Amino acid sequence: MSAGQEMTQETTVASSGGLKPRHKRFLWIIFGLVFIAAIVALILNAFGSNITYFYSPTDVTQDKVPHGRAFRIGGMVEGGSLVRDADGLTVHFKVTDTAQVVPVVYTGILPDLFAENKGVVAQGKLDEHGVFQATQVLAKHDENYVAPEVAAAMSAAQKEHVMETLKQ
Amino acid sequence: MIPEIGQFALILATLLMIVQGTLPLVGASKGISAWMALSRRTAQGAFFFMALAMGCLIYSFIVNDFSVLNVATNSNTKLPLAYRIAASWGSHEGSIMIWVFMLGLWSCAVSIFSKHLPEEMVARVLGVMGLVGTGLLLFLLLTSNPFDRIFPVPIEGRDLNPLLQDPGMVLHPPMLYMGYVGFSVAFAFAVAALLGGRLDATWARWSRPWTTLAWCFLTLGILIGSWWAYYELGWGGWWFWDPVENASLMPWLVGTALMHSLAVTEKRGTFKVWTVLLAICTFSLSLLGTFIVRSGVLTSVHAFATDPRRGMFILALLALVIGGSLVLFAFRAPRVGASGKFKLVSRESALLANNLLLTVACGTVLLGTLYPLFLDALKLGKISVGPPYFEAVFVPLMVPTIFLMGVGAVARWKEATLPDLWTRLRWALVVTVIVSVAIPFILGRTAPTSVALLALGFGMALWVATSAVVGFLDRIKHVGGSFSEKLARQPRSFWGMFVAHLGIAVFIVGVTVVKGFEAERDVKMTPGDTVSVGGYSFRFVGIEDHPGPNYQASRGTFELSKDDKVMRNLYPEKRKYFSFGMPMTEAAIDSGVFGDRYVSLGEPLNDGKQSWSVRVYHKPFVTWIWGGCILMTLGGLLALSDRRYRVNARREAGAVSWTSVKLEKA
Repeated sequence: MSAGQEMTQETTVASSGGLKPRHKRFLWIIFGLVFIAAIVALILNAFGSNITYFYSPTDVTQDKVPHGRAFRIGGMVEGGSLVRDADGLTVHFKVTDTAQVVPVVYTGILPDLFAENKGVVAQGKLDEHGVFQATQVLAKHDENYVAPEVAAAMSAAQKEHVMETLKQ
Repeated sequence: MIPEIGQFALILATLLMIVQGTLPLVGASKGISAWMALSRRTAQGAFFFMALAMGCLIYSFIVNDFSVLNVATNSNTKLPLAYRIAASWGSHEGSIMIWVFMLGLWSCAVSIFSKHLPEEMVARVLGVMGLVGTGLLLFLLLTSNPFDRIFPVPIEGRDLNPLLQDPGMVLHPPMLYMGYVGFSVAFAFAVAALLGGRLDATWARWSRPWTTLAWCFLTLGILIGSWWAYYELGWGGWWFWDPVENASLMPWLVGTALMHSLAVTEKRGTFKVWTVLLAICTFSLSLLGTFIVRSGVLTSVHAFATDPRRGMFILALLALVIGGSLVLFAFRAPRVGASGKFKLVSRESALLANNLLLTVACGTVLLGTLYPLFLDALKLGKISVGPPYFEAVFVPLMVPTIFLMGVGAVARWKEATLPDLWTRLRWALVVTVIVSVAIPFILGRTAPTSVALLALGFGMALWVATSAVVGFLDRIKHVGGSFSEKLARQPRSFWGMFVAHLGIAVFIVGVTVVKGFEAERDVKMTPGDTVSVGGYSFRFVGIEDHPGPNYQASRGTFELSKDDKVMRNLYPEKRKYFSFGMPMTEAAIDSGVFGDRYVSLGEPLNDGKQSWSVRVYHKPFVTWIWGGCILMTLGGLLALSDRRYRVNARREAGAVSWTSVKLEKA
C-alpha cells in the first residue's frame, strides 16, 4: 500500500512533460488495479482447482464426498486388512474411523510409517465400486503421533456411535 | 548441578536482556548518555550468560544426563556424540534456546561492530533487540524450559528422532535460525530509524551488511534443509511446499526484496518507507515461521508436542512485535518519507516492481500456508493446499520477476530510455530466445507443453545469465587498463551481484532439467534383477544385515552401470532404530555434476526370494539446484567483503569520535 503511495508521489514529482500529474496518477491506479485483479484471478483459479478436501470413512459411506474429484480420507489402517498383489507393488487395505470402513487400493511404495492399526491419510478418487483409488499415501513422521485430521475423524465417528446407542 | 547453572545463567541473561531492552531506549529518547551506554555492556553480558546456558545444555546432552527431561526425551546413550550435540537443538526447547542464543550472538556482534555508529542509534538498535530477546527468553523460561528435571531419573533416554540423525540436520537448524534471527538486526535498525526519525543513505549502509549476512545464512539453511529432505526422506523430492518449508521461504522472498530495496535506499536515497516496511515484514515472517513450525499448529517432524500455552504465548509475542512495529510505522513513516525522484523507465522502477512481485509471491505462499489453518480454526472443514496451487501461482509471478531482474541489472539509475535498453539488451534477448527454443528440440522433445515449459525454463536462466554478462561488459567498458586490470577494479559488491544472479540462472537450469527429464520407477526386485532408468542400469545384487551404533539395518547392494560398464556399487539401507518402532529409509545416491542416480529400499515382500520393493531415480542436474543456492550465498558473502564498508566505517568512526569528544567537553 505504502509503496503505491510512495510511487505515486514520486512519479507525480518526477513527471515533467507529457501527461498531467493527475492523469498520470490515474494511470497508476488503473495499472495497480489491473495488477491486483490479475493476482486475485491467479490465486482464485489456483485455489479452485487445487484444494483437496478431507473426509472421514463415515462421510464416504454417507456419500458426502465429491465424485470425479480428488480428495483425502483419513483414519486407521484396519488390522489384518493389508493384502499385497503378486506384482509386489499394488496394495489393498481398509481405512476405518471405527464406525465405517473404506477399501483403498494403492500402487507404489508405502511410506516408512505405514502400518496396520496406525493412522494414515490417503489422497485419490473414489471409483464406481466404492473403492478409493489412492494416488498418494501419507503417514506422518512420528510413531506415536496421530494426524489431527485422523484424530478428528475418529472422535467424530465415536461420538456418533455413542449418540446412536443412546437413541436405541 | 550443571543444568542448574544453565538455568541460572538463563535467568541472568533474561534480566540483562530486560535492562538492554528498556534503559537504552529510554536513554536515547531522553538523551541520557549513561543509560544509552548500557546497551553494549548488557548485550555482551546477556550473550555471555546465554552462551553459558547453551554450553550447559550441550554438556548435559554429552554426558547423558537423563535427569533433564529434555535430554531424556531426545537423546540416548547409544547416540553418536555428534548427534548428541545436535540433539541439544533438535527438540522444541532446544530450538527456542538456540534461537535466543543466536539473538544474543547477533546483538553482541552489533555491539562490537558498531563503533562507527552514533551512540543513540546503537542504544536504539540494541534496545529493540533486547525487547525481542526478552520476549523469547520469557517464552523459554515460562513455557519451554530446556533444563526441567524429572524424577525418577530414567536409566535410558528415548533417543533423537531417527530422521534427525543426519549430518544435514546437525547444520540445518543453526543456519536457518542464524538467518531468521539475523533479520532481527535489520528490523531493529528499521525500528530505531523510526524512533529516531533518521532514515537516510547512511542508515541504509549500516543495516545493509547485516541484512545480507542474515540472508546468506537463511539461503544456506534452506539449501541444507532441501538437500536433507532430498536424500533422507527417500522420496527424491527437493521441495514439497510443505508448510514448514514455506515458513522459511517467506522470509527469504521478502528478505531478498529488502536486500535490493536497501541497495536503492543507500545509492539513491529513495524507497525509504518501503525499505522500513520490508524490514519489519521480513522479521515478522521469521517470527511467524518460528510460530508455524514450533507452536504445534502444524504437526510434523518439527513439532511433536502440542501445548496450547506455547501457541498462545508465541501468538501474543507475534501480535506485539508485528502490531507494535506497524503502529510505529504508521505514525512515524510519513515523517521520514521524503524521497528522491526517478522516471518510470529506470533501475529504480525495475527494482521496485520486483520488490512488489517478490512480496506478492510471498503473500500467495502465506495464503496457501495459512488458509487451511484458518478454515480449520473456524471449523469450516479440513482442506490441504498442495504443490499444484503453489506452482500455479508462483511460476507466473516469477516469470516477470526474472525478466525484470535482467532489465534492472542493466538499466541506468534515475532515468533510462527504452531505445537505449533495447540497444544494450537486444543481443541478450536474441541469444536467449534462439537458444532456449532450440534446446528442447536438441534434447529430443516435441510435445508442445513439454517444449514450452523447457523453453520457458531455459529462457529464464539464459536471460538472467546473458543480461548479467551484458551488465558486466558495460561496467568494464568504462574502466581503463588491460582486461585483468578492468576486472580487478570492479568492486566486490558488483562481483557479489554478478555471482548471485548467475546462481539464480544455475538454480533455474537445475529446476527445469529435473522437472523435465527426471525418471522414476517403483519396482519389485529379486536379487539378480536389473532395472534401467534414464540410461543407467541398477542390478540388485542382494541384501544383508548391517549393524549400526543404535540401529540394525538391512543393507542392499546395487550395481550401477551405464552402457554395460559398471560404475560403482550403491548401498541403500532400511534401518530399524532400537528406540523407535518404525523403520527408516536411507537412500543411496551416486551424485554428479550432471545428475544423480538414486536408489532407496521400499519394503521386504516376504516371498521367500528376498524380494524388495525398490525405488530408483535418475535426477539429471539436480545438484545445480543446490549449486545455484551456494552461488547465491557466495555472492552475498562477496558483497559483504566490499571494501567500501570498511573504508566508510573507518571514516565515520573518525567523525563520530570527534563529535563525542566535543560532547564530552561540552
